[in-house]
Amino acid sequence: MKLLTHNLLSSHVRGVGPRGFPLRIQATEVRVSPVDFNPDFVTRMIPKMEWTALVEAAESLGHLSELPRELAEGYEKDEEFLRKVHHVLLEVEVVEGTLQCPESGRLFPISRGIPNMLLSDEEAAS
Amino acid sequence: MKRKELESFLQQVDGFEKPKLLLEQYPTRPHIAACMLYTIHNTYDDIENKVVGDLGCGCGMLSIGTAMLGAGLCVGFDIDEDALEIFSRNVAEFELTNIDMIQCNVCSLSDTMFKSFDTIIMNPPFGTKHNKGMDMSFLKIALQMARVAVYSLHKSSTREHIQKKADEWKIKMDVIAELRYDLPASYRFHKKKTRKVCEDLLYRFDHLNHQKISANIQSFRPEISKEP
Repeated sequence: MKLLTHNLLSSHVRGVGPRGFPLRIQATEVRVSPVDFNPDFVTRMIPKMEWTALVEAAESLGHLSELPRELAEGYEKDEEFLRKVHHVLLEVEVVEGTLQCPESGRLFPISRGIPNMLLSDEEAAS
Repeated sequence: MKRKELESFLQQVDGFEKPKLLLEQYPTRPHIAACMLYTIHNTYDDIENKVVGDLGCGCGMLSIGTAMLGAGLCVGFDIDEDALEIFSRNVAEFELTNIDMIQCNVCSLSDTMFKSFDTIIMNPPFGTKHNKGMDMSFLKIALQMARVAVYSLHKSSTREHIQKKADEWKIKMDVIAELRYDLPASYRFHKKKTRKVCEDLLYRFDHLNHQKISANIQSFRPEISKEP
């Protein structure tokens, strides 16, 4: 699971969201894999991210890599910065671990890089 | 990448080992997938550098094609871990780095990933006798998740029904491709030796009021291919 994907799972829900976000990551295995740097894609994605959640997630995995906690103006032209964001969004992957809902405490396992978000019948009925 | 090139890559994608009938598991045919993705990419530019979601991804035929056409990231969603395992193997074999996947029941995703994706693509299940209309449930959720457009494959026989729903939900709907393919008479429920011609329609749904691009409906004829 990449941190970009985790950030999508952390989207703020309009109205009342029953599950609560962002999901807290507990990782037992993290992998870093190279991905081709695409500055256009990264620049487009930054405003769409929940930035605080991204920074928190990266930090919890020990891969904060000097990402600032707040976006500075003119980041679109800062290649060094964009490369750091690229690294955190796409190259850091949680292979084994859990995601925890902050509202209910419910744990969702991640195995072989795939989060299992299946709900029980009771949970789904709510 | 040319469409034929994409199609020949997609022919290497492994399908289900033991397809589960109740989940309507079958791989999207490489020819259909290539035509569909090529249209989405070339005519509408809704793949390259975009965040794409594939609902009911199965073994990943559509996701892999999407990744090969330059999506920033493609995320596949499926309920079945066996399918996702094959999908993972496919991703590793193709050495793709812009794919992720999530195990979940797509129908329970309502509201949780609101406008999280630029584009949603899918070849949805239709539902068995007990839960008919699953394709429309998938569509409803897809429309919540997509910022720009939803691309979905449906049998041509359901066209009127889909138009009705699109009107009800105030969604703009376009049929952007007709995909004809032959079903060989080798399937056990076919009594005649003739080939049956089937047609899928590729729909584009969006919330926007204006027409993004005016395009004629593309028609794709069956390939003279070696079908199993």
